[in-house]
Amino acid sequence: MKTMRAVALVFLAAVLAASIAANWIAPASYARQFRDQPDAAPSAQHLLGTDDLGRDRFSRLLYGTRISLLLAPAAALMSTVLAGAIGGAAGFAGGWIEVCVTAATDLFLSLPWLFLLITVRACLPLNVSPVVSVAITFVLLGCLGWAAAARVVCADVRSFRNSDFVLLARASGAGGARLLMRHLVPNLAPVLAAQFWISIPVFILTEANLGILGLGVAEPLPSWGSLLRELESFSAYSAQPWLFAPLLLLVLTVSSFQIVLHNEEVAG
Amino acid sequence: MADLALSLAGGEPRPARAAVRKLARHLARILVVVLLGGFLGATLVRVAPGYGVDARELDSRLSAESLRAVRRAAAPREGLLPFYLHFCERLLHGDLGESRLLHMPVRQLVAERFPETAKSVGLGLALAWTAGLGLAAAAVMTCAGGVDLLAGLLASVLVCIPAAVLALLFVIMQAPERLAIGLILFPKVFQYARNLLADAAARPHVLAARARGAAGVRVFLRHILPGAAPQLLALGGVSVSMAFAAAIPVEALCDLPGIGQLAWQAAMGRDLALLVDLTMIVTLLTLLANSAADLAGLGRP
Repeated sequence: MKTMRAVALVFLAAVLAASIAANWIAPASYARQFRDQPDAAPSAQHLLGTDDLGRDRFSRLLYGTRISLLLAPAAALMSTVLAGAIGGAAGFAGGWIEVCVTAATDLFLSLPWLFLLITVRACLPLNVSPVVSVAITFVLLGCLGWAAAARVVCADVRSFRNSDFVLLARASGAGGARLLMRHLVPNLAPVLAAQFWISIPVFILTEANLGILGLGVAEPLPSWGSLLRELESFSAYSAQPWLFAPLLLLVLTVSSFQIVLHNEEVAG
Repeated sequence: MADLALSLAGGEPRPARAAVRKLARHLARILVVVLLGGFLGATLVRVAPGYGVDARELDSRLSAESLRAVRRAAAPREGLLPFYLHFCERLLHGDLGESRLLHMPVRQLVAERFPETAKSVGLGLALAWTAGLGLAAAAVMTCAGGVDLLAGLLASVLVCIPAAVLALLFVIMQAPERLAIGLILFPKVFQYARNLLADAAARPHVLAARARGAAGVRVFLRHILPGAAPQLLALGGVSVSMAFAAAIPVEALCDLPGIGQLAWQAAMGRDLALLVDLTMIVTLLTLLANSAADLAGLGRP
């Protein structure tokens, strides 16, 4: 198990490093069109061939990996901070605040995730610049993905609130802010860290789903979702197995996250 | 459910009262969530960019005076609260409004498309639960780790593939598209069911039954399954919500004319009223499924 975890970590580190170094590794820019070579097969110049606009698939994969792999953790961080703030406040305050937050959490968890996402996404402008579409996609994931984590945080803070060490701190005159910062937040750190790591693969997969449905990152910026859209034109007859490269990378990356998380869970 | 019916029918007064209280609590929760969701939905529609804008404003043939008239007619006349109350009033009268995109009453669209989604979701759930629970039971009951390893590996791979890609793979392989929902749900059902059954199998009364020589099937049906039943029922409720979410990419990419495809078309065409109506309907269905699963587990150990 330890070997598997080590392999997964090394793989994640290598993919992250390659995506960060895309500017130096990629043979071309993600948007550069080799107009005389559309739909080219893999060659020494284009390792994964080119798409129908003549753009180098390998370069687009590297840049797309950077967007998906850097912004999914950013969205996960946002949702974890929101979950910590909302769930923590509800669990700490109790009473009607907790009831309201629980109702809101119930509401978010009752809505099928993809229905909620596409509804809110559709309410925002669809015809936006690529950079804005990246921001919208990942901010949306961050803002809407807090509910499950908030419920866990709320339950934890509630149990801490009634625990002996908090009662002792209260009895010795600690105020609300001190209780929160010195006693609750440090104890919540492992829970928040776990929620953060759990959210990353979920957000990577969700971005891919949104991208394939045409509601994710806008062209010409690549992301795993928009790269996977190319599979729509895949035909068993004109077999181009290199079209599956983004899928393979995504599956390996998400699997690596799952292996690391599973090992942490077993160890914890 | 039978326990609930029995307790509701009379018999013992206390369980009946508890069951009625629980039922009332569930109904109240559904009502609150639907009202809150409706308010959020109405807010989204009302404040979304483009609300109150008429596409005819882009028609260059219209004179300035005509454009002013079009703008006046399309301009929002009501604030958020009156808009929501009007929205609720329409809902109470069974009027879901009209789709701006398809120029048809939403009620008619839902009536036409719902059977298709019900078929896909039903088949998907049946496949996921048959394969998921069956393999989970086999993994827990067999001593050899082969089944557990293979099923676990399959689930681990499937859980890493985006639902939309699975749908596309079904199109590429020309496989029956409806089964894609089953494959999307399978890993979640298998993983949770396996853990629940393994926990139940490790309980002392199960070990005692085994020690007394009870056969494997008997132990599973009489001791393990009832022990995990409440959680499995809850998982059943949750899986309905997951199946509806999976219906969006599957129906959109496999060209199945159901609610999921309609939601995707509404999102792409920014038909927000239709989208919010669909989300509300699906939310209501998932809430009912969750409550039914919860109530079915009532009275179980």
